[in-house]
Amino acid sequence: MAGILVVAEKNEGEITPASFELLGAARQLADQGGGSVSALIAGSAADASTLIAHGADAAFTSAAPEDSLAEVLLPAVEAAVSQSGADIVLISMSSLGRDLGPALAFRAKSGVAMDCTALAIEGGKLRATRSCYGGNARAEHTWAGGLQIATVKAKTYDALPADGGRSGAVSAIDAIGEARIKVVGVEKATAEGVKLEDAEVVVSGGRGLGDPSGFQSLETLAGTFKQAAVGASRAACDLGWYPPSQQVGLTGKVVSPNLYIAVAISGASQHMAGMGGAKNIVAINRDADCNMVKVSRFAIIEDYKKVLPALIEEIKKLG
Amino acid sequence: MNIIVCVKQIPDPETPAASFKVDEAAKKVIPAQGIAPVVNPYDPQATEAALRLKDADGGGKITVISLGPDTARDAIKHALAMGADEGVLISDPAFASIDNFQTAAALAAAIEKVGDADLILMGRAAADWDMGVVPAGVGQILGLPVVTVAKGIEKDGDGLTVTRVLDDGFQTVKAPLPAIVSVSNEFGEPRYPQLRQIMMAAKKTVQVWSAADLGIDTGASVMPLEALYQPKVESNVEIIEGDTPEEKARNLAQKLRAAKLV
Ligand SMILES: Cc1cc2nc3c(=O)[nH]c(=O)nc-3n(C[C@H](O)[C@H](O)[C@H](O)COP(=O)(O)OP(=O)(O)OC[C@H]3O[C@@H](n4cnc5c(N)ncnc54)[C@H](O)[C@@H]3O)c2cc1C
Ligand SMILES: Nc1ncnc2c1ncn2[C@@H]1O[C@H](COP(=O)(O)O)[C@@H](O)[C@H]1O
Repeated sequence: MAGILVVAEKNEGEITPASFELLGAARQLADQGGGSVSALIAGSAADASTLIAHGADAAFTSAAPEDSLAEVLLPAVEAAVSQSGADIVLISMSSLGRDLGPALAFRAKSGVAMDCTALAIEGGKLRATRSCYGGNARAEHTWAGGLQIATVKAKTYDALPADGGRSGAVSAIDAIGEARIKVVGVEKATAEGVKLEDAEVVVSGGRGLGDPSGFQSLETLAGTFKQAAVGASRAACDLGWYPPSQQVGLTGKVVSPNLYIAVAISGASQHMAGMGGAKNIVAINRDADCNMVKVSRFAIIEDYKKVLPALIEEIKKLG
Repeated sequence: MNIIVCVKQIPDPETPAASFKVDEAAKKVIPAQGIAPVVNPYDPQATEAALRLKDADGGGKITVISLGPDTARDAIKHALAMGADEGVLISDPAFASIDNFQTAAALAAAIEKVGDADLILMGRAAADWDMGVVPAGVGQILGLPVVTVAKGIEKDGDGLTVTRVLDDGFQTVKAPLPAIVSVSNEFGEPRYPQLRQIMMAAKKTVQVWSAADLGIDTGASVMPLEALYQPKVESNVEIIEGDTPEEKARNLAQKLRAAKLV
């Protein structure tokens, strides 16, 4: 293994948590394979130092705006690959990474493993594990020889704590792509309170809620916990009952709370893909045979409408 | 506006977990008994987008392309029944087990052969391998801009205005044509073909092109599949008992307290 390039990202001025997770992953792989870790960020020299403190040996900065689309950032990534000599590139499975990974792969005439859940170095080469068939199967890939590119699922690896004693070279990259696609507007989802991805407790609702008002009870239940957020299945989001930014699953958010309360969600593999990492799952469902009940630690088999008010009261009492 | 829509036929992604089986030695999914393959769920949404754009534009042609076995003709027929004009099936024994990267190359060649496309619409990902790489790949091969995960697409002068779904909200972009756009489920329900349309679709032409017709050799996989298996799921659930819903709720709260979860 020659080296790893991590593509870090910023969102609203902050380096994303997923970027630090990538650095954690890269350090583990570098320990197995013996190469060095570089990082690229569309950001400042101070951002570069932060990346070094969290595990990079060297860092590159690009003056491309933080919210650049893949086509604008791609030349900087290619320059960082050639300047660092990296043979592995790790990218977050974010809105940007989703586009950047495949674009880089096709330009390099190589492949990209999307949304990886495990990475390892074997015989000096990357071996990537990813979920497929909606979460029903796992696939393991190697690369035939070209650049080994992987986008990594959020919460798969732990970030390393910052170590201010670490140092490394920081260099600026000028290469920048033409913006054929122009961003003309952004509408950020305004989730009040705790962000879904950061919540210690997630209360989610599904199609079985029957109507959007069910989510009000879920918000009340979430309100009884300190660090709680409300999520939803895709079925519920597609029905317009809850915003897509709160969707949990394969095509939604990845959460790994200490407690996940799934109300009237059947537990389809695509939903599990977003919350399978929850440490404790509680299911409230009418159907004892559904998958969500099977994978949970505790389950109540009942119409949620009959249990939820009582559960809210009981938890408040314990408060 | 001439639009090409790419549709893929896949095993039904809503196949119950209990019916989903993998042949680990062959590294292949075993087709579930009695569950017919379906059109990748995002692809009818891409077809719907094409139909609305064509209507709004008042002219042009919609060509549907699918690469797959002979049965993939059904995926094309579905799009034709929805209202698309012509179909192309890319079918060749040489393509029997190609991956997403090789597929992108074959689709790019077919798109060039169809020619004269203002817009190419695809799904955000195919729900078999869950990769979402073909739109970007075709874009790189053909040198076209690629806008992904669209929930709304409108013709805007010589270009398009597209609303994209981001991790934390929405983004509106303007793209020049020709371009590639991949469509997400947030686009909304596609129309469902009526019997009369299904019968009319039977008369629409579907050409069949081989690797030789496209003049391509997809070569070896750049990212070989080393293993395919099903994750083990264990069940250790404790069903909370109680004579009334209230009692169950109380018992659960107490369990959660004992486990230090509240
Ligand atoms: C490509 C693809 C990607 C997908 N991505 C995602 C994703 O990211 N996230 C996601 O969630 N899904 C995703 N899905 C959809 C997924 O396959 C399921 O269809 C979806 O998760 C089902 O949502 P649900 O559990 O809310 O609804 P259902 O499966 O309909 O389940 C409803 C549940 O509610 C229970 N119920 C009904 N009434 C009551 C009541 N009164 N009290 C208690 N329980 C009740 C029922 O027993 C049932 O278990 C995807 C699908 C595809 C094909
Ligand atoms: N074999 C195929 N035939 C036609 N279109 C395809 C094929 N494979 C992928 N696509 C298109 O590319 C999109 C994304 O697929 P993928 O990148 O394979 O996840 C799909 O939604 C289709 O629109």
